[in-house]
Parts: sequence; structure tokens; C-alpha cells
Amino acid sequence: MPNPSYFFQQSLNALQLGSIYALIALGYTLVYGVLRMINFAHGDLFMVGGFFCFAAATYLGLSFVPTLLLVMALAALLGVLLERVAYRPLRNAPRVSAVITALGCGIFLEHLVLARYPYPQSVPELVHNVTWHVAGLSFSSLQLLIVGLSVGLMLLLDFVVRRTMVGLAMRAISWDMRVVPLLGVPVDRIITFTFALGGALGGAAGVMYSLAYPVVDPFMGVLVGWKAFIAAVLGGIGNIRGAMLGGFLLGGVEIFVAAYYPSTYRDFVAFALLLGLLILRPYGLLGRPPTQKV
Amino acid sequence: MIFRLLSVFSISFILLLGGCGKGGDSSSIRVGLIAELSGELPAVGASSKNAALMAVEDVNKDGGVEMSGKRIPIKLIIEDNASKADQSAAAAQKLITQEDVVAFVGPNASLGAIPASEIAEGAHVLMITPWSTNPKTSLDARSGQAKKYVFRACFTDPFEGRVLARFALEHLKVKTAAALYDVSSEAPKSQSELFKKIFEEQGGKIVSFETYTTGDKDFSAQLTKILAQKPDLIFLPAYYNDVPLVVQQAQRLGLKVPFLGSDAWSSPDLIKLSGGAVEGNYFCNHYAVDDASPKAVKFIEAYKAKYGKAPDDVAALTYDAFGLLFQALKDSGKIERQSVRDAMARITGYDGVTGSMRFENGSGDPVKSAVILQIKDGRFVWVMNAKP
Repeated sequence: MPNPSYFFQQSLNALQLGSIYALIALGYTLVYGVLRMINFAHGDLFMVGGFFCFAAATYLGLSFVPTLLLVMALAALLGVLLERVAYRPLRNAPRVSAVITALGCGIFLEHLVLARYPYPQSVPELVHNVTWHVAGLSFSSLQLLIVGLSVGLMLLLDFVVRRTMVGLAMRAISWDMRVVPLLGVPVDRIITFTFALGGALGGAAGVMYSLAYPVVDPFMGVLVGWKAFIAAVLGGIGNIRGAMLGGFLLGGVEIFVAAYYPSTYRDFVAFALLLGLLILRPYGLLGRPPTQKV
Repeated sequence: MIFRLLSVFSISFILLLGGCGKGGDSSSIRVGLIAELSGELPAVGASSKNAALMAVEDVNKDGGVEMSGKRIPIKLIIEDNASKADQSAAAAQKLITQEDVVAFVGPNASLGAIPASEIAEGAHVLMITPWSTNPKTSLDARSGQAKKYVFRACFTDPFEGRVLARFALEHLKVKTAAALYDVSSEAPKSQSELFKKIFEEQGGKIVSFETYTTGDKDFSAQLTKILAQKPDLIFLPAYYNDVPLVVQQAQRLGLKVPFLGSDAWSSPDLIKLSGGAVEGNYFCNHYAVDDASPKAVKFIEAYKAKYGKAPDDVAALTYDAFGLLFQALKDSGKIERQSVRDAMARITGYDGVTGSMRFENGSGDPVKSAVILQIKDGRFVWVMNAKP
């Protein structure tokens, strides 16, 4: 079995899965980076993104680009709404309260969608898919689109956070939320922007996911959300490049364990490896231990 | 403080009494249904509920079940098990202790039917599962004996595995096969193991035996692995919501061999969700709409008129499960749990909408035929019958 084309085919599979994990992991890491809060509703935001995509394609008959933009806008709005309604009133409450609220918001979203769509729904084909077979490898236009778009969005986000004024403000809030307002940074607006950004990424991930796996159901965000969260922690939560690395690493480990071991061992071996990695690097691959602030 | 405690106690006591006061009268026969209304398999639960309501309506139209000369109407109590094992046991417990049912139908999926059967057996209440094909549902794992209070309206996994393995070898003339199944789900797991055993006993070769877990949507690693082994056929005993994803991903990877599925495929949603990708594949089912007896035709027409779609196999089997239960109630002549179970055990043959069944040697598993269907032009088309 170990011939080169098999290995490359599995690498392509890993790249596709990894880019979706990475895109969702970014949403967790972004909010954590700014607010030190784990937004457990993010996986469900991603699910709602999938359903927005289904609705835009089915009822409005939109093509791919308008669907993607509309879903990202709606998901951004939902992210902002969640922050405004559920998290902002708790910003100074114990951190556990915020985490529990996020979990509650996630369950709320699941059941809101469940009430309207109790059955799994099929997402229409938004992009005409062409499969090429070259030298024993199969790859599809869909795969290229998913990987390309995810990487593009990640680079854009990295640019926003590192090179723009808003990004500077985000990093400043992450450094010290109490001092930053004194320097004239509009904290509320920046936090709103962070959630909009996280929501838009979740929405984009929802669209990609529904292209790759075109059956959406209200609970699809749970397992994927957990895995993406693990990817974010693995890369060093709060660190954007870490989240990308973690996403691709998790996708790769899952695919390659199944590729070279009995697939029944996949989750067991994959997560044992990841645990081992965390023992060696407790703050994740690119994470740094928090410095004591005096 | 004492007063407040007292009032809390007395209120809960009154509520408890209110909860208990439902049973006991003989103006109606209380029977239960446990269905997968929410959770992973909502289409299964909805079909089961539809058919149950229809079965009860049909018998109540004539005044109910005839018992020692007079007709008593059926009162149906429906419980949701959310497609979960623990909630199935809780639902069975609730039907037995709080709702005071004389017997119950369901759950449909083996994952829930097995824990519910333990409760039914322990409480000495008759349970008839419409759709659970796992041997463990009606077999006591500890003693190896058949459970006394558990019956079913469908055939079992070993039978289905044999039918599918024989069909693959004799009819599709394949020599090698791969299997891909959900390792965390009871029925697909046991069906795959049985398919493998029988396929290899009959001279075939299983070249790849791959698994995934419930909730997975990416099967590319497993399918790439299967592709490398070049099987003639892929056995895929997956539920209707996983099948479209597997089949579509296989096509993208360039896999061109047919898939062979189990009875878990048989929801009209399968075709709706897969957008043509399942076309041409085969699966085993409990009955075929286009090869139906007069009794089945009558049921299919009535169901279509009432719900606007053709009944799937869960609906047909639920209808038969209630048919069996009403027969047992009538034979028993009294609303008493033990007597209804004994009457059920005395039934040796029953002509249902899913064909004729025979119950032999005190077993709760009927002997009945299976059908093989093919998906053609977006419909399930009858291919052949497989006799026991």
C-alpha cells in the first residue's frame, strides 16, 4: 500500500479537512485572544452559517460568491448580536459565567434551528465540481476552492490583526483591558468588531463545509466545533498562526492515522498524539506562558 | 421554615398523585410508542409515529379492540427517546410505571431498542420493536436465552447479512468487497461483521474493512484506502443521512464500484439528500412498495392520502407491530400485562403489510422474507425477494 500516490492523495484529503478545522479554530482563538473567553457557541455559529448557506442557495437561488458574502455578513451580525445580548452584560462577571452562557447560547442556536429544520437538509451544488485524475491522484475544483479560500481568509485575518489600527487595538485590549480605554481606544467597538470578524469566519467555514459535505443538520457544529477548539488549543489558543497550524495538524493526524492504521483506531491514536504534544508544550505549539503583570 | 418544607412536600405529593391517577380504568386500553422523534434519526421517528397514529385510528374507527364481546378503544401514549440509549430506557420506564401501559411498541433503532428491551423484560411488560434487527434486542446476553417479553416485526441482522452476502456473490457476481461502517452504532457494526463472515464463508474476499464514528462527515481517508485495494463492491450499512456524503466523496475520489446497503438506507430522504449520487446502488429492505400484497396496497394508499408520501419500511413495520399487538390484545381478552404477553407468544403466524411472518419455537423473532431494492431514476425499484 505505501506508494507515493497514495500518500499524496491522503495529503490532499488532509489539506481539505485541515483547512476547515483551521478556519473554525480561528474563531475560537480570535475571541479568546481579545477577551480571554472561550466562545463555546462558535461551533454552533458555524452550523448556523451552514444553514444560512443552505437557505441562500435553496430559497434565494444565489450563486457561490453572493452566497458566501451574504452568509458571512449574516453570521457576523449573529456574532455581534450574541456578544451584545449574552456576553457584554457578563464581561466583568466571573469567567465561568461567560463560558456557561456561551454553552447555553450554543444549545439555544441548535434547538432554534432544530425547531425549523428537524431533518437533515441537502445543500444544492453551488460550484460546478470538476474532478481531475492526474498520475493516480484525484483532486477536484471544490477541494482547490476550499483550501484556497481558507488560506486566503487566514492570511487576510493575519494581516488585519498584525498590520492595521483595528488589529493594533485588538492586541492592546488583549494586553490590558483596563488601561487601554484610558489611551482613547473604543473598547466596546473593538470587541464588537472582533465578534463580527469571528462570526464572519464561522459563516465562511459553514459555507465551505456545506460545499464539501452537502448535508447540514442542527448538531453538525458540536463535534466539528470541539475538534476545532482542540486545534486552537493545540496551536496555542489566542495565537492566530497557532490556530491555523493546529487546524492543519489535527486534520493531518486524523487522516493519516486512518490511512496507515485500522480506521477504528483513528480518534484514539489521533487524540493520544495530541495529548502527548500538549504534555510537551502545555501552552500549545505557538503559545507562550502568560507573563505576570505587575 | 417547617411550614414551607411541608408545603413543598405536599405539593410534590399532589403532583405525584396526579401523575399516577391516569391508569387503572378499563374505558380504554393504554399502549405506548417509543420513537426517535428528535436526535439523529428524526425521519425514522416521524414515520413510526405517523404509522402508529394511523394504526390506532384504524382500530378505533370500529370502536377499538374487541375484548370478550365488547370493543374498547386504544389510547396511545407517545414518548421520544431522542435516538439515545439512556433516554430509551427512561422512556420505557416512564411508560411502564407512570403511564401504566399494558404493552408498548418501539424503539426502532437497535441502539435504543436494546436498553428498552432490558427494562421491558425486567418489568414483565410486552415490547414489540418494529425495526430493530440486532439479535441482542430479543436475546438475553447473560443467559443466552430468548427474552420472554420482547418481540419484533422485522427480520434480524444475521438473516440480512446472509441475504446481502448471497446477493453480492450470486447476483452481482462480485469476488471482492470492502466494508465501511459506523463503529459506534450497534446495527451497522453487527451487520458488517456478519456480512464479512458470511461473504468469506461463501468464497468471497473482504479486502478492506474500514470504520468511522457517528457525526463524521469526512470519509476521504477511508475511501482512499478502499480505492487502493480495488474491491468489486463496497458494503455500506449506514443510515440514510451518512450515505449521501459517502457516495458523493467516493465519486470525487474516482471510485466507480457499486455500493450495497442495509435496511437503514430505506428512507425517501436518502434520495432527496444525495441528489442523484446514490443512483444504481442496491440495498436490502423489509418490503417493496411496487411488489405489495392487496393488504399492503390498501395501507400504502391510505398512508399516502393521509401524509402525502409513500410509507417507508419503518412506517410499514410499525403498522405491523401494532397489528400484532391488537391481535394479542384481542386473543388475551383482558387488559392485563402477563395475559397480553402470553397471547402474543401464542401467535404463530400473521399476515402484515410487510408480508407474512411466522413465529417458531417460542422465539420473538419472526421468520419472513427480505427484498432487494435498487435506486433507479430517483425511486426504489424492486429487484428480488429473498426467502428465509
